[in-house]
Amino acid sequence: MEVLKEGRGELLGWHDPDEARDWVLKNKSRELKDKTMSVKEAVSRFVRDGDFIASGGFGHIRVSMAIVYEIIRQKKRNLVMAGKTAVHDLDILVGADCVNRVEVAYSFGHELRGLSPASRRMVESGQCKVVAETSNAGYQWRFLAAMMGIPFIPSRNLLGTDTGNYSSCKVVKDPFSGKPINLIPAAYPDVAFIHVHRCDIYGNAQIDAILVEDFELSRCARRLIMTTEEIIDNEVIRSEPWKTVVPFLVVDAVVKVPYGSHPCEMPGMYYYDEEHIAEWLSLSKTQEGVDEYLSKFVFGVDSFDNYLELCGGMKKLDYLKRREFLKEPMVAPWRR
Amino acid sequence: MLREGKYNVREFLAFTGASVLEDKKTVFVGTGFPIIAAMLAQKTHSPKLVVIFEAGGLGPLLPELPVSVGESRTFHKAVAASSMHDAMSLSQAGYIDFGFLGAAQMDMFGNINTTVIGEHDLPNSRLPGSGGANDVASFAQRLIIIIAKQSKRTFVNKLDFLTTPGFLNGPNAREKAGLPKGTGPYRVITQLAIYGFDKKGERLKLISLHPGVSVDEVIENSQFEIMLPDKIETSPEPTDEDLRILRQEIDPAGIVLGK
Repeated sequence: MEVLKEGRGELLGWHDPDEARDWVLKNKSRELKDKTMSVKEAVSRFVRDGDFIASGGFGHIRVSMAIVYEIIRQKKRNLVMAGKTAVHDLDILVGADCVNRVEVAYSFGHELRGLSPASRRMVESGQCKVVAETSNAGYQWRFLAAMMGIPFIPSRNLLGTDTGNYSSCKVVKDPFSGKPINLIPAAYPDVAFIHVHRCDIYGNAQIDAILVEDFELSRCARRLIMTTEEIIDNEVIRSEPWKTVVPFLVVDAVVKVPYGSHPCEMPGMYYYDEEHIAEWLSLSKTQEGVDEYLSKFVFGVDSFDNYLELCGGMKKLDYLKRREFLKEPMVAPWRR
Repeated sequence: MLREGKYNVREFLAFTGASVLEDKKTVFVGTGFPIIAAMLAQKTHSPKLVVIFEAGGLGPLLPELPVSVGESRTFHKAVAASSMHDAMSLSQAGYIDFGFLGAAQMDMFGNINTTVIGEHDLPNSRLPGSGGANDVASFAQRLIIIIAKQSKRTFVNKLDFLTTPGFLNGPNAREKAGLPKGTGPYRVITQLAIYGFDKKGERLKLISLHPGVSVDEVIENSQFEIMLPDKIETSPEPTDEDLRILRQEIDPAGIVLGK
């Protein structure tokens, strides 16, 4: 095939398909075994300095914040992160100096809430590098290629733009149509963390919401840490197997963390804690503020329950439930 | 300047966004104004407009303004809560009539920058990047762009970074690059006017001025030359009912529209 154009972006997390299969054969157990463990154990066993990491959900929705905080607590360094609409998680991890390289589809912003002071400061001062650009579909399809065990997926986005020029894609002449077509390389994150509504002790999981990219990401990540609101019996999984969106085969750790997405949303359960997000956005305007936030909410607590207590406890969580079900009005404390 | 009084600029932009949408079509929306415009269109002239969100919300009945394009509101009473792969594949396969985006910087061909101001590797200002914008602009049959503040800083000769494709560098450039045939920018809406694109040169061309705006203002607030039509129309104004829906039903907290 004739290569018409090559993006200059760093090719993150790509492996030869046979090498990728070989890794799966050697490292992924086929045994139904109890994978439950603590947040601390999951992060210390499966997240290593320098890893290429990816977080499930989307933006401030269904994010495994319990794992994000633990990565900061264990002072993991030189991580590379998939900026696949990674917002609050990425902002805090960059601000805490855990992540210093990013491939960006959408990062450094909090959607309607405005831009991210902490992570933008790190990029604009050269402390965090953007090693490649892509789009949301571009990232999504990197995971799709990887979960299929193939080296790339052809697509018709990113063409003709600097986003494509700064990506890790290649444009070739399609041997079927004769038209230029973009090839999106597979991406196998070293570790992904995904928060779900419920799963069994083996990791068979159900999500009561849009899946975003988690169908693909769960299957392509080399290691998968799953945090869950609730652990259910395997019999419940087997009685309605069509509800399983992640099978146990790809899961390495199961961690029960109720409200584990806070201050992000868990669809059908609790809404964003805008007050808490606003506090982060305000404090993170300075590095001192970032340190203050981290020492209070991350280093200063010994459990996720302890953290939730600090954020307003059951009273706040009940409010977030009512807000999710539209029983409280919209608030925007981050609005200037 | 837009004659304010009955409404503010932001309300006018939201109304204008809604006015270019059509019933029984699909629209793929970005955060902020595009969502509000689609909600208003659904509540007025286009009750069967199907709203598509990139993260997987297909055809929701939006109960309030979503803060994110991936939150539960985006699949509230939807026909499907699926995935990004599904939303993006449907788009690439031709199911999207309108793409609707906000932008920071645009050139005369409708190309958009939302990535950096300055150099890419050490930028003066780092912006969020493409998100789903490059995808929507590549795949949607007709792209609508809202730029809330048209000025010499936002209507530029040369983008710092071409994040999202308009007509690239002119006629036939999209097809030559491999983008789907017949797609591209359709309307640009700013605080001053509504624009389309000249068929021959694929360049920005004025359609209508908002009430109180002069042609000179439009020309002064752009680095590049804007093509002028033989007859310049006046943009339609929102009715009292449009304003009531915007203020009471869509954004009562004034998050996007202001108070």
